Amino acid sequence: MNKILFKQKLSDNVYLMRIHNPLICNERKAGQFIILQLDDDFGERIPLTIADADEKEGSITLIFQVVGKTTDELSRLNEGDKIANLAGPLGSPTHIEKFGRVVCVGGGIGVAPLHPIVQAMKKAGNEVITILGARNKDLIILEKEMAAYSDKQIICTDDGSYGLKALVTQPLKELCEENPKPDLVIAIGPPIMMKFCSETTRPYKVKTLVSLNTIMVDGTGMCGGCRVNIGNEVKFVCVDGPEFDGHLVDFDNMIARLNSYKKIEQKSHKCNLDKYLEQKK
Amino acid sequence: MTTHKELSEYELSLLNDPEKRASLKTKDRMAIPPQEMPHQNSVERRNNLEEVAIGYTLEQARIEAMRCLQCAKPKCIDDCPVNINIPAFIKQIAENNLPAAAEILKETTLLPAICGRVCPQESQCQKNCTVGKALKDVDKSVAIGRLERFVADWERTSNLAAVPKIKPETGKKVAVIGSGPAGLVVAADVRREGHSVTIFEAFHKLGGVMRYGIPEFRLPNDIVDKEIDMLKQMGVEFRTNFIIGKTRKLQDLIEKDGYEAVFVGTGAGLPVFMNIEGENLVGVFSANEYLTRANLMRAFDKTKADTPIYESETVAVLGGGNVAMDAARMAVRLGAKKVYVIYRRTEKEMPARAEEVQHAKEEGIEFRFLENAKRIIGDENKRVKAIECLRYELGEPDESGRRRPVKIENSEFILDVDTVIVAIGNNSNPLIKQSTPQIETTRWGNIVVDNNQKTSMDRVFAGGDIVLGAATVILAMGEGKKAAESINKLLAS
Ligand SMILES: Cc1cc2nc3c(=O)[nH]c(=O)nc-3n(C[C@H](O)[C@H](O)[C@H](O)COP(=O)(O)OP(=O)(O)OC[C@H]3O[C@@H](n4cnc5c(N)ncnc54)[C@H](O)[C@@H]3O)c2cc1C
Ligand code: FES
Repeated sequence: MNKILFKQKLSDNVYLMRIHNPLICNERKAGQFIILQLDDDFGERIPLTIADADEKEGSITLIFQVVGKTTDELSRLNEGDKIANLAGPLGSPTHIEKFGRVVCVGGGIGVAPLHPIVQAMKKAGNEVITILGARNKDLIILEKEMAAYSDKQIICTDDGSYGLKALVTQPLKELCEENPKPDLVIAIGPPIMMKFCSETTRPYKVKTLVSLNTIMVDGTGMCGGCRVNIGNEVKFVCVDGPEFDGHLVDFDNMIARLNSYKKIEQKSHKCNLDKYLEQKK
Repeated sequence: MTTHKELSEYELSLLNDPEKRASLKTKDRMAIPPQEMPHQNSVERRNNLEEVAIGYTLEQARIEAMRCLQCAKPKCIDDCPVNINIPAFIKQIAENNLPAAAEILKETTLLPAICGRVCPQESQCQKNCTVGKALKDVDKSVAIGRLERFVADWERTSNLAAVPKIKPETGKKVAVIGSGPAGLVVAADVRREGHSVTIFEAFHKLGGVMRYGIPEFRLPNDIVDKEIDMLKQMGVEFRTNFIIGKTRKLQDLIEKDGYEAVFVGTGAGLPVFMNIEGENLVGVFSANEYLTRANLMRAFDKTKADTPIYESETVAVLGGGNVAMDAARMAVRLGAKKVYVIYRRTEKEMPARAEEVQHAKEEGIEFRFLENAKRIIGDENKRVKAIECLRYELGEPDESGRRRPVKIENSEFILDVDTVIVAIGNNSNPLIKQSTPQIETTRWGNIVVDNNQKTSMDRVFAGGDIVLGAATVILAMGEGKKAAESINKLLAS
């Protein structure tokens, strides 16, 4: 259980791992995530979306970017190592059906959680258009894997080093202006990108789903740390989500809450990370 | 560090002279002063997680035990949710026969070290104690909880607790969902009958609320660990990070995995919020989140833990139960300079254990009774900067018999705080209900059971907070016991 079967560096600080866990592999559906913890006592619990699963091998695929201590430590584990704690699959699966024309927008690492959704949407008979965006060419991930399930693929980079020199909202807007306009848009990426994708589609009344990556502790609905404002309601991302109607999400509140620990985290993570790096030497 | 008085010569003579003890009259027993619990000093303890109540010495325990009148019709037994034979175990303490006292406890309770610490004794066994009644002060009742704890601690620290006998293996399998007190009791009682038992726990650590909710300054982890070790020695199997309904469906346990009975003890893990303006600002937490970070995720240990905890100067805790007390006292220990507890009623109506309220006061927490939050005010960064409250008065009693708080119009006022912790209650954990639609639940999501803890599903039993709503450790244990009996009966046939 939880043994790393395969590890690959996808870009500068983005890694892919296949991890042996037949239970989660069997139950997981597109849109769900796991909670992972590397040290029983002092580790933190972080949510990571399941990017893929291989039933034959009994494995799930995780793709993560190194953004803090836990993801850094995870990136230093190798094939054969074991992950102390892995719980899931959590969250409600994506609602999959034949909608017609589905536009899937993935920003940066957000392409990873989008991957199983694109697969499932295609299998359900949809016309799938994918838009992949990143700061530069090196940060575009899963281009081939996504293309395999896309009727059309558009790539955008901020610096123009690959594909269009544009934000993902530009081709998204153009697609909304086309006839027929998309029946569904799914946008997954940094909160600010999801916010602007939702703003882009709002005037066209195109239903837009976003997948929220709030702070979580338990991931089972016990703590309420993951709560967000959706329209007039408060929802728990880990049990009610992670997908919500982007036109109803209060992104500004969510972004503020994501930064709850910014001050402390930078302080402690820096010193924990320093200590950790020193030990490695 | 401890604050208990020296024993008097008279008390010493009682300890040493069995004849003198035997000749004690009711009047003499009533005259023995209640023994004070030694405590960690209230200044020091603001900075550590060590247990506040240190526990009686043997001498103190024996003197306290001599206060018991050994009533012919003991009220305390009836008032104990699991009907411990209280006078009998107390008598053995007075006679310095601790192994016998421990045996008596074991007849009815699996977790005396825990219950002795966290039960609301003043509203259970100690409520109608004849001594307390005669002295017209429930605080002067025989300290049954402290004595229970004393015996359990003695047995644990002297490593005398023996692994209970297990009947020959039956080859039958039982699944227990949740490792809180309800689940642990079921596991022990079913295992004793020779059935194999697996406990599935969603978290990476075992013990339920006893681990992630109740802080170590009230219930040290070692004690919970010891109880779980005992179950392991009995051959109970534990699967952590295993969420029934997600990792595996409940029906699959029965239909595919060969479990012949399932017990659902998933607890009341769904925090209730107040639904007031500003509740999603940065710096507003449910007590569950705050305490889970501090306890389970060890954020108290800021140098070692990866999980951060909010840095607070001034904290408002909303609520008046044990959860509110724990959150407030944890905030003090995490360095908050000022902590308020805001409660709509008065101290008399507070559901928290009296001892915890006392300790909280000693630790400098300010109680604001007859007040309630109206909205939470944020700064330009959406961080909490104040809380607006309303004053209340007590009106007519409600169904629960407590006088209903009524708000006083136009009584708004503002308190500057940077953190708000909401501790107004928990609803039942929704995971099982969501993933098992065939199980019958109430409107509030509690699982419906019959007198034998049996649910609407074949071979599925439930108990503890998932049935009762947020209740107590001892009630969860009591339900677990009943469920285990039903399961054992089912499997015997
Ligand atoms: C902060 C706090 C302080 C308290 N103080 C006191 C006190 O002083 N005295 C007192 O008597 N009571 C107190 N209580 C209440 C008491 O802790 C509970 O009543 C008691 O723990 C309930 O026991 P339980 O076994 O029903 O559930 P819990 O202790 O809640 O345990 C349930 C377990 O099930 C697990 N679980 C849930 N869903 C699943 C799933 N789908 N699959 C697998 N596992 C699952 C949970 O992770 C948890 O570990 C307090 C509660 C809190 C929160
Ligand atoms: S992460 Fe705790 S409730 Fe969602």
